[in-house]
Amino acid sequence: MHIDPHFSRTSALANLYIATRAGGDIVFLGAIIRHLLETRTYFHDYVLHYTNAAMLIRADYQDAEEADGLFSGYNPDTNMYEDQDSWDYQRDERGWPLMDMTLQDPQCVFQIMRRHFARYTPEMVENVCGVSREQWMQVVQALVENSGRERTTALCYAVGWTQQSKGVQIIRAATILQLLLGNIGRPGGGILALRGHASIQGSTDIPTLYDLLSGYMPQPSAPITSQPQSEEAIGATTWGKQVDTKTNALSQQTLTEYIDTSGQKLGWWANTRSYMVSLLTAWYGEASTRDESDRGYHWLPKMTGDHSHLVTSYLMLDGKVKGYFLFGQNPAAGSTNARMQRKALEQLDWMVVRDLYEVESAAFWYNGPEPVDSSKIKTEVFLLPAAASTEKEGSFTNTQRLLQWRDKAVDPPTDARSDLWFVYHLGKRLKELYAESTAEKDRPLQALTWDYERDEPEPGSRILDEPDALLVLKEINGYYVYTPAKAEKNGDEQSHERASLRDAAHVTGFAALKDDGSTACGSWIYSGVYPEPGNNRAASRITDDYTNLQWGFAWPANRRILYNRASADPEGKPWSERKKYVWWDEEQKKWTGYDIPDFPLNKAPDYRPAPDATGMDAIAGSDPFIMKPDGRGWLFAPKGLKDGPLPTHYEAAESPVHNALYKQQSNPTAKFFKDRKDNRLAAVGDEHYPIVVTTYRLTEHHVSGPMTRWMPWLNALQPALFAELSPELAAERGIKHGEWMIVSTPRGEIEARAMVTRRLRPLKIAGKTVHQIGLPFHWGFQGKSTGSITNDLTHMVLEPNVSIEEAKAFTCNVRPGRVKQE
Amino acid sequence: MAVESGKPLRGGLAFVKETMLSLRKEPPPPPQPAMGFFTDTSLCIGCKACEIACKQWNQLPATQPFWSGTSYDNTQQLGATTWRHVQFIEQIGRGQPERSAPYKPALPLLDDQSLEAKNALPETAPGTALPFFNSDRWLMHSDVCKHCANAPCHEACPTGAIIRTEFDTVYVQQDICNGCGYCIVACPFGVIARDDQGDHHAHKCTLCYDRLKGGIEPACAKACPTDSILFGEVAQLKAHAQERVGLLHQRGVDEARLYGADDTILDGGLNSFFLLLDEPEVYNLPQNPPRPSNHVAPASFWTIVAAAILGLMGILFFRE
Repeated sequence: MHIDPHFSRTSALANLYIATRAGGDIVFLGAIIRHLLETRTYFHDYVLHYTNAAMLIRADYQDAEEADGLFSGYNPDTNMYEDQDSWDYQRDERGWPLMDMTLQDPQCVFQIMRRHFARYTPEMVENVCGVSREQWMQVVQALVENSGRERTTALCYAVGWTQQSKGVQIIRAATILQLLLGNIGRPGGGILALRGHASIQGSTDIPTLYDLLSGYMPQPSAPITSQPQSEEAIGATTWGKQVDTKTNALSQQTLTEYIDTSGQKLGWWANTRSYMVSLLTAWYGEASTRDESDRGYHWLPKMTGDHSHLVTSYLMLDGKVKGYFLFGQNPAAGSTNARMQRKALEQLDWMVVRDLYEVESAAFWYNGPEPVDSSKIKTEVFLLPAAASTEKEGSFTNTQRLLQWRDKAVDPPTDARSDLWFVYHLGKRLKELYAESTAEKDRPLQALTWDYERDEPEPGSRILDEPDALLVLKEINGYYVYTPAKAEKNGDEQSHERASLRDAAHVTGFAALKDDGSTACGSWIYSGVYPEPGNNRAASRITDDYTNLQWGFAWPANRRILYNRASADPEGKPWSERKKYVWWDEEQKKWTGYDIPDFPLNKAPDYRPAPDATGMDAIAGSDPFIMKPDGRGWLFAPKGLKDGPLPTHYEAAESPVHNALYKQQSNPTAKFFKDRKDNRLAAVGDEHYPIVVTTYRLTEHHVSGPMTRWMPWLNALQPALFAELSPELAAERGIKHGEWMIVSTPRGEIEARAMVTRRLRPLKIAGKTVHQIGLPFHWGFQGKSTGSITNDLTHMVLEPNVSIEEAKAFTCNVRPGRVKQE
Repeated sequence: MAVESGKPLRGGLAFVKETMLSLRKEPPPPPQPAMGFFTDTSLCIGCKACEIACKQWNQLPATQPFWSGTSYDNTQQLGATTWRHVQFIEQIGRGQPERSAPYKPALPLLDDQSLEAKNALPETAPGTALPFFNSDRWLMHSDVCKHCANAPCHEACPTGAIIRTEFDTVYVQQDICNGCGYCIVACPFGVIARDDQGDHHAHKCTLCYDRLKGGIEPACAKACPTDSILFGEVAQLKAHAQERVGLLHQRGVDEARLYGADDTILDGGLNSFFLLLDEPEVYNLPQNPPRPSNHVAPASFWTIVAAAILGLMGILFFRE
């Protein structure tokens, strides 16, 4: 079943296609949640035992239903939920959440959800999404019939759900749905993100994101203003101190403070200390070991705010950023509000661009859609050629957490080099440059372990100094810092002879990681990918026609389905024979099945934790969601999100209609950047911008075009930017199929060919006709096929949790003609 | 043609031997089973990997970029340098086709407030009430040379450039083709074309003859991510295709049909045949093209008759 604003090639092969308004997703999903709750068609046993449906929430919790779209704890001056305490569970004297297993208590999550979604009716779906009751009912019917003991359903999504100012909450709604249907942790179930970039899963696993350390440990932060620390309170889910939900509220200046605030007392994250110390040992080696109390933690850079790409663009625009390394990314055409991005690049002192071609972001200083005066631009651009994916070896992580090793096929041409080569040699030169410095700020650079040289040059290659990708993989996998004990020889129990990365023994998995500096590991979730010399599991390609445990390596520990404990009932028996996946073997007293169990191997289903248990001991034998302190899937999220514990329908920042459910029009915690001139937004129902616009991709081109618009074969397949619009809208505006048209928003105007097609259709929203158009965003001013930049239209309203842009639902106007060339 | 002076007889013999050597026919390659394509449009996702794989393997030049506005099809037709071409046919708003059983959502609303109520999810048989395909359709079809069992281009070629290979595929030998163009007008599908920008010879899909000789499948079949393009022995492909059509009919896709799998088309069928989801004309394919060679006998006969009549008239009127 394909639900999308436009009928795409995916729709063509679907059993069912449903046209919907971009931005109405939480109503569509929320109505299904309401339906499941009211008709009792959720998977009762799964919900009762495996989710927090029975947990009681504090009495001072106020739902969006009671406050016109806002939850308790909102501060209108800062636009933040600064005080999220009221969202927490009611707890007993030992801190365990209170529960009502009959699901009747008005404060239990189940009943709160019923109240929260009460007005998300099929009529509301018609009103907000433009989807008829009958069509919506087909979806519900299919979901219900294909979930439960005997059948499972998977939800797949892409940026249509995430590139919205409420994107994280949309995913939350899908999660609630799948938990209610019992589809998480089961074969054929789950929620799958269809990624859009090669190995982008790796960009969060071994992160290039500013707010994460390897393995999803948070990046340390250093608040600019010090905040008083909270009193120790009962019900704390961290070691000792109550976690304030306001960002940067607590000091994390020492390793101990960091573990106290970001580790967890209960559940799997109790191991944070081992992972963190092993990471520091991998990065800072001997220097880390010598620093016994802090392990070099104080050398880690600390966040002082939102350093994400888009927010940093504004800092760039304001002249606060001097230099920029740009690897395989093209913000001048590919990032939102691209005109502002180009202006921001003009304020840099220097930038280094590594790419296959001279992309828009490297050429902005002399070329662009608007006239460019190079004499006024001081940015010095270093364009360095990069190796293509076939010209280097390394790992590649797919969306389902699967690592696959890629071999190198040919040398890159002339001076082109891999990113690994570039970063390694840059690091080498920087270390040499600062080797004699006595400044404290240069200590981390000096302490950094940095030897990935090959023992011998790569056979068959003319490049003699390519680093050894397998050594990097070994560090990521983890190794023992000390050589094996030479007990007989020395009479010692433990050798203190330090091994080098090359000689050290591999660890076999993250269970071996310690917090005493005796292990090093670049990313604990990847540990086990390279457990011994000669066994790169990411390179393995053995199939078995089912789980394929020997095809590549999935983190963590090669588990193919996360939380697969949930594929068996609380007693450890599969929910059904047909869907059995992992189950408890009573004879052997262990979990077994088709996958690596995502559960302690020997923990019996009837294990119940002692009241003072911590770490994994606090997780019962029937709690599949081991990463959560309560071991349950969270229907209601008491903490962790900036915009609410339950998904709530908000309109997009630009919308033709008012929010039909609440007075609160759009996400109250989204970052609006209202004071920015380049970020003018259309008002709600603005008659100058009445048309909903969404952006998407084609098969023939890739993102903003650096890898495809230099290729004549691909350019012949899709030679020009076009906008897709319905015949009704075209007739209304006098736009003829095949001719030029202009799309305009408060940020700018672009031109495109008009693709008038029935694959877009007008919808009835709130009683009036709302038109939608769709635009691919592949074109720019460089390359062999050029065209307008679609991202010149989009705005800079960012989702509050992850700072992603809202490129999938905004408003515009259209008219025939071409943009005037100045 | 140099002949050594002073040894005319021996030089002449050597020359004759040399010439005869070059004229001697090579033993033909051992015959293989007939190989071809089964292109199943019900699996095509319109990704055009086949078009690009063909271009890349054969190093064919790109056509001039031209935004046609014909749905997502900007290459428009097979040609001298386009040997796989993906068509897009939008059929949106056709209306709901007649179904044997009307679709009715039928979920009970439970009044039972008891939370001990057993799991209300119904046991279901495989397959739900959803149709196999949407009623709104976007047909996608990877067109290619049909490698006809009785290929009109092969019959029309006056130079013998067009041959049937040991794989029973139809192949243009580029070193013999003189660009006369007879094959182009003979092909009822508009496949073969002359490269007027380049070498002025006729070109078309070779069924990756060079890859077949190396024991590997054609580039388009290898690239196709859904196995919409299947390569193999024609007899096996035809059996598989029959099963596939049967399955689709079972699932209510009544419009599914095979094109070229039996002997109807051109008195022998197509070694590269298709599963279509509508009438051939919708895909710009002729329903049942006549064989051009059918005209040879009657045309020859009437030519002879006309010649005889004119000859007799000539004799009669110019007796003097």
